[in-house]
Amino acid sequence: MSLTDLTLARAREGLRKKEFSARELTEAHLAAIEALNPQLNAFVTVTHELAGAAADDADRALARGEGGALAGIPLAIKDLFCTEGVRTTAASRILENFVPPYESTVTAKLKASGAVFLGKTNLDEFAMGSSNMTSAFGAVTNPWQRGGDPAALVPGGSSGGSAASVAARLALAATGTDTGGSIRQPAAFCGIAGIKPTYGRCSRYGIIAFASSLDQAGPMARTVEDCAILLGAMAGFDPKDSTSADRPVPDFAAACGRGISGLRIGVPLEYAAPGVSGEIAALWERGRAWLRAAGAELVEISLPHTKQALPTYYIVAPAEASSNLARYDGVRFGRREEGGDLTELYEATRAAGFGDEVKRRILIGTYVLSAGYYDAYYLRAQKIRTLILRDFQRAFETCDAILTPTAPTAAFAQGEKMDDPVTMYLNDIYTVPASLAGLPAISVPAGLDPEGLPLGLQVIGRPFDEETVFAVADKIEKAAGFSALPALRAGA
Amino acid sequence: MSLDPATVRRIAHLARIHIEADDIPRWQAELNGILGWIEQLAALDVAGVPPLTGVAETALPMREDVVTDGGMPEKILANAPSRADSYFVVPKVVE
Repeated sequence: MSLTDLTLARAREGLRKKEFSARELTEAHLAAIEALNPQLNAFVTVTHELAGAAADDADRALARGEGGALAGIPLAIKDLFCTEGVRTTAASRILENFVPPYESTVTAKLKASGAVFLGKTNLDEFAMGSSNMTSAFGAVTNPWQRGGDPAALVPGGSSGGSAASVAARLALAATGTDTGGSIRQPAAFCGIAGIKPTYGRCSRYGIIAFASSLDQAGPMARTVEDCAILLGAMAGFDPKDSTSADRPVPDFAAACGRGISGLRIGVPLEYAAPGVSGEIAALWERGRAWLRAAGAELVEISLPHTKQALPTYYIVAPAEASSNLARYDGVRFGRREEGGDLTELYEATRAAGFGDEVKRRILIGTYVLSAGYYDAYYLRAQKIRTLILRDFQRAFETCDAILTPTAPTAAFAQGEKMDDPVTMYLNDIYTVPASLAGLPAISVPAGLDPEGLPLGLQVIGRPFDEETVFAVADKIEKAAGFSALPALRAGA
Repeated sequence: MSLDPATVRRIAHLARIHIEADDIPRWQAELNGILGWIEQLAALDVAGVPPLTGVAETALPMREDVVTDGGMPEKILANAPSRADSYFVVPKVVE
């Protein structure tokens, strides 16, 4: 088996047993990036030399019988995490030359655990999108293709570069961020696993902000266990993020092996709304059967405000974004366009620096927060967010986890769904409710559509109960036995 | 509620994003498309429901009111598009 085909768990074992070195493992992935990134465009920046040096450090530590939990493990980092001394762009022209003088807490933790960073991955600009088509650095190509048709498909978004790099075996695993589905939807589109943990589980310090009440970092990997291992190294309290949760980090990997006998799995009636495709409905049904066979009890639940979740999100997230992105003014960092006076400088800088989707969301956010419209839009959306949270709280009185599809379709072609912004927004219909409620939710690859494209199932848990989410996801993964491979991958 | 061209211009100015006059009809159509879809929320009864501002379960932590960071002007100025000594440079704002 090639080094790029290993799971993170297996690579860790191989490194400790000296079957191969961290340098060899890293070189194998850098070679894969060199071969495939021109086609996939998954990486915006590749840090060859830093990766080699980190691998050598890991080899020295491993030789001494030391080394952290991820010693020598090559990872891809979404280019939304600030990395000290390494350009961090958010896939925006406004930050195309920004070199952070500090490190995000999540990446600092990963480095401290010995991980090797291969580079920074492409994304939708400022994480706003579901296709990776809004990146200022160009679209990412999904390594999967419709049977026999080489037409380029989207990897989903916004963590599209991270998802594509893991699926194509350019990295063992990757970091992502998820505001309304940006880890789970690309994971589903690329046939990998990805979890958005509970809001507060991972520090947001040093992650370029989109919507601060929703943004969460999480892992993306080819197995549920790999996600669990990586989340263990990313999570934990951080005094630099006032919303970071001061509670112990459980052994997530151990939780994967827990049985689910007697566990009650909720199936929300409202997610079976008209418009769900036959193959998604069939996949969901198979998922229910697998969990029943593993000893779980399936219970019908109701989440009455499901229909309102997406429009609510498209008030709350743009409102927060319009405030967060006010900092890009051409004065302290980032791109500057000159103007006759300070206002002209601001307006010209932001006109040139932001792409259309980012401008759209800033304008919507500015409008819903403006005098005279705040109550009708923003305050109303916050109240509906309360109703959505209460829906989940009530549901969790009768179930322990919730099973849904991850996305309404498989990956679509580059350029599709671009005519009307709302059509693109509908991709997040199943992922946004858990985001608004701050709940942990994972996507697991569970099957293929008739054209051979991967489809995912989502498991949503109670706040800070990622352990149950991992246990349930592990059973789906084992029952699904997902072994299909993308057309574009290292060694293919 | 539908945005007219003057409102599009006003929002763009509030957001400090320059929009060309030729582009206003396009923005107007796109923003009205999104707002028209959001409008469905108006039908829901939210009387007596408190707003949710965040889902973090913890109370905001308190700490001593002391300086814990700082003294790094070079790092802070390293990405400045224009600087003079330890200052950011902007067009003249006071006549």
